[in-house]
Amino acid sequence: MIQRHFDEELAELKTKLARMAGLAEDQIDKALAALVTRDSALACRVIERDHKVNALDVEIDEACIELLALHQPAAHDLRLVTTAMKLSTELERISDLAESICERAIELNEEPQLKPYIDIPRMGSLARVMVKESIDAFVKEDATLARKVIVNDDFVDDLMEQLFRELLSFMVENPHTISRAIRLSFIAKSLERMADHVTNIAELVVYLVEGKIIRHTSPPVPL
Amino acid sequence: MELMELPHIESPEDRVLPKPLKAEARSLSFSYGSRPALRNLSIPIAEYKITALIGPSGCGKSTFLRCFNRMHDLYPGTCYEGEILLYPDGRNILAREVDPIEVRMRLAMVFQKPNPFPKSVYENVAYGLKVRGVMDRRILDEKIEQALRSAALWEEVKDRLSAQATSLSGGQQQRLCMARALAIDPELLLLDEPTSALDPIATANIEELLLDLKRRVTILIVTHNMQQAARVSDWTAFMYLGELVEFGLTKQLFTNPSRKQTEDYITGRFG
Repeated sequence: MIQRHFDEELAELKTKLARMAGLAEDQIDKALAALVTRDSALACRVIERDHKVNALDVEIDEACIELLALHQPAAHDLRLVTTAMKLSTELERISDLAESICERAIELNEEPQLKPYIDIPRMGSLARVMVKESIDAFVKEDATLARKVIVNDDFVDDLMEQLFRELLSFMVENPHTISRAIRLSFIAKSLERMADHVTNIAELVVYLVEGKIIRHTSPPVPL
Repeated sequence: MELMELPHIESPEDRVLPKPLKAEARSLSFSYGSRPALRNLSIPIAEYKITALIGPSGCGKSTFLRCFNRMHDLYPGTCYEGEILLYPDGRNILAREVDPIEVRMRLAMVFQKPNPFPKSVYENVAYGLKVRGVMDRRILDEKIEQALRSAALWEEVKDRLSAQATSLSGGQQQRLCMARALAIDPELLLLDEPTSALDPIATANIEELLLDLKRRVTILIVTHNMQQAARVSDWTAFMYLGELVEFGLTKQLFTNPSRKQTEDYITGRFG
């Protein structure tokens, strides 16, 4: 078997992405913990740690550019390198959203808690599981698992709708709750966006495995 | 308000076949004596496009290319089966009654190593025309300038047309061979690893030239350089052990080949 060295570099690229994904997952975990336990110090630590994810994003980008320039990969190898470049951007954005959740959590912690947090942690753990599964699908190159992740995005969307209605009723009943309710809906929106980024990752995995671009392929909604 | 009409985007799923065709091999088999070299090949050659033949050494790429100008006829004991149709007339150029000289009049070939005649630059390009009976100096001058310009060589040699062709650099000699081939307005240009003996700059010049030329001439190129096939060709045929493994749009074949063997070859894992 020739090409061993190149294969090693590709394997290393995958490892780096798995590491970045692990970090992004932990950012989500800690961001939610900071919100639920009203721990602003933890929120600050998550915000500070975002630069580590950014640094990995740059490192992965550079590794991919180098692989493209020096090895001119084709076929599956080419799909792996281009997918890795896009995937690291998605993970970086997921981590940015965790950072944004922490910023809102710090603001929320300055006021009494509006309501017990139930749906938000549910959305959060669903998003986190989706990140994990999408990265598992990437590492194992499992298109079936990737497709399953895409379906989960709808649950997160439903939860966000439900939460939004609830927060709206708070705001209608008592205008004093508006600033907190808006911050909570920002958090819900961040979690919903996370799930969208994970969906992108899962779609990239299908491309990696099957060479098919499945994003933007759902039939157009009639006006 | 009316929305802008969007262009139709071709789905990458469309594994289409080329059309219109300049030539087409149908169930072509070829053997050197008792040794079979090509087995039942069917490959379409799209008109005004570049078709690349790739595959490991000994897979039959060059043998296939040489069938087109009946070069194998020069050696005893060779045997063709099947047909190669040349369009628009659809004539089977392998048919017994077809004169190989007549076939060669319609095609031109450039080889791996530059092989200019030991004559002047001018005489090299004029050769094919003179063989075809063009003797008028004015027409010859015109055609030669045109061919040298097409081969992107005119500016470099216009002041030394009477110099020996062998005094040119390797890259220039190869472009001279290209000019010699183009002077006769071939319908199909056959290239057998035309840049393998050239440096990267001369290679880039030839590749640019090919991309310009395909507006006027159909090109069939054998190359060992996978990146070259990916850069210049529209269609690619991957051959192995005298058989066609996969044929398709180059962009498809290099991003998502349908056969494992093709994948392994283009990613350098076998061959």
